[in-house]
Amino acid sequence: MTGKRICSWLAVALGGLYFLLPLAGMFDFSMRMKRGEYSFEAYRIVLADPQFQQTFGYSVLLALLTIVLGILLVVPTAYFVRLKLPGLRPIIEFITLLPLVIPPIVIVFGYIRIYNTSSVLPLTGTWLGTNLLLLFGYATLALPYMYRSVDTGLRTIDIASLTEAAQSLGAGWARVLAVVILPNVFVSVLSGAFLTFAIVIGEYVFAALLNVNSFGPYMVWMGGNRAYEPSALAVVAFAITWACMGLIQLVTRFSRYSTVRR
Amino acid sequence: MAFLDIHHLQKSFGAHRVVKDFTLGIEKGEFVSFLGPSGCGKTTVLRMVAGFETPTSGAIRIGGRDVTNFPANRRKIGMVFQAYALFPNLTVEENIGFGLRVAGEGKAAIARRVGEMMELIGLPQLGSRYPFQLSGGQQQRVALARALAPRPQVLLLDEPLSALDAKIRVSLREEIRRIQQELGITTIFVTHDQEEALSISDRIVVMHQGIADQIGTPFEIYNRPATRFVAEFVGTLNLVDADVVEAASGRVRVGEVPVALNRPLAARAGERISLALRPETVALGRAEGHDVVLSGRIAEVHFLGSVIRIRVAIGGQVISLDTFNQPDRPPPDVGAPVEVSISDRDLLVLAA
Repeated sequence: MTGKRICSWLAVALGGLYFLLPLAGMFDFSMRMKRGEYSFEAYRIVLADPQFQQTFGYSVLLALLTIVLGILLVVPTAYFVRLKLPGLRPIIEFITLLPLVIPPIVIVFGYIRIYNTSSVLPLTGTWLGTNLLLLFGYATLALPYMYRSVDTGLRTIDIASLTEAAQSLGAGWARVLAVVILPNVFVSVLSGAFLTFAIVIGEYVFAALLNVNSFGPYMVWMGGNRAYEPSALAVVAFAITWACMGLIQLVTRFSRYSTVRR
Repeated sequence: MAFLDIHHLQKSFGAHRVVKDFTLGIEKGEFVSFLGPSGCGKTTVLRMVAGFETPTSGAIRIGGRDVTNFPANRRKIGMVFQAYALFPNLTVEENIGFGLRVAGEGKAAIARRVGEMMELIGLPQLGSRYPFQLSGGQQQRVALARALAPRPQVLLLDEPLSALDAKIRVSLREEIRRIQQELGITTIFVTHDQEEALSISDRIVVMHQGIADQIGTPFEIYNRPATRFVAEFVGTLNLVDADVVEAASGRVRVGEVPVALNRPLAARAGERISLALRPETVALGRAEGHDVVLSGRIAEVHFLGSVIRIRVAIGGQVISLDTFNQPDRPPPDVGAPVEVSISDRDLLVLAA
């Protein structure tokens, strides 16, 4: 083995240790709830906690709704920008990047100021309104990931020719989007969707400031009041995120058809 | 009135006029090719017929009905694209049946029609494959079947053979013509390949800078080109300088050799004009009926297989001529003195 190769392995090993040691330590700690033995007691308590079930269920539902809203918003926008308004692309890209630049705390304070109970649109005044606001906020937070994924997917297919082919066969815009474009960028949409899911599941700032009892605030509350359970919860949250990443890989690899020759 | 009537069509993109006053009538069942170089407006006219571009002015009628303002999905037109444009997420059968499903036909009717179409294109066994599992030629046949399945009024082919290799191109163009004749469908075929256009068309429209320079049968286009552009674009051409002796009767002189064109010329006596000549109309040596004989030397010999192209230097000009290869007669040597003969009937006087 050459010296160069050893250096490469050393760099990878150091990087790996930097990321994995804290995780290993956290996992180790989460298993020590029972004195003198390794057990999943902290996990059992967390998973059996009705508040966990309620907040986690709520966040999953919200994540799914965010994904649907994101797809409805982003796929037609990215498609028409690519097809008819390519000049607008830099502007749209800039707008979709804004949630990465503006901190969530600023966005949510903006929401509270604009949609409070003394405003024209008092969304924070009702349970439904607050939830809608949270949903819109999450769709905004997910925009950079969703837009980029979909736009990359659109780049891999000849959308102009496919659209014209479908139109010449009698299809209208809705059918072109639903039957021709969406299935062909499905893998990209899914990768955007899984990233959205991972973001929404653990989000704290929006939920806490809008006073919504979702999984993020639950994790923070747990961290302030318990010892072993927060670590177990963090491991569970990591596992969910990794499962999402794994699913992206899986779906990409096993999609039935491909626009590129395999 | 013709079945497909294109009436004074114009199209501008900003200040640039891409199509200038294009008028054409196509009869039912006719196969018409739009031939021209890149940027001549042929694809723009096709896209206006398809409904993908809106004309700046003019009208398009199909079967007596004005479709100028109809969206593409209401024109009942089948289109085949250069890049195939098959739907990657659908199988061959689903691709072919797409238009029928959009039209709301029943499952049994769709299956029957898809089966017919797959027989027609000679790929009945590939129904369950996805486009990426097919060769380029197979994909284009499926695209043709998909366009034809909903029984369109007009079939538009936008350079459908350009992405294929030479051998497949020839076999597929013959197949396109066979299928077109079998179904009797009115067809417009856009190409920049003159051989393609000449070999399969009923009529050819040679386009140049947004206008139709000449509309005619392949025989007319090749043998009687109306303009210098048509003559130069379609086939190979010799241009021969000639001095006008008498314009009214069409007497000119090529070098020192007097030639009677027997048709009035637009030029004045003493003026120099260009005459055009196809290489295959020039004979090496004296030939019967060829009364114009010119002397020169062999400048180049190109062996092309069945044909030998010889370039002969005559005075300050070079004339190309084609002869068939004969195994017992090797081509002449470069530099050898030679006589070539032409018939004055084959000399073309071209409008600018």
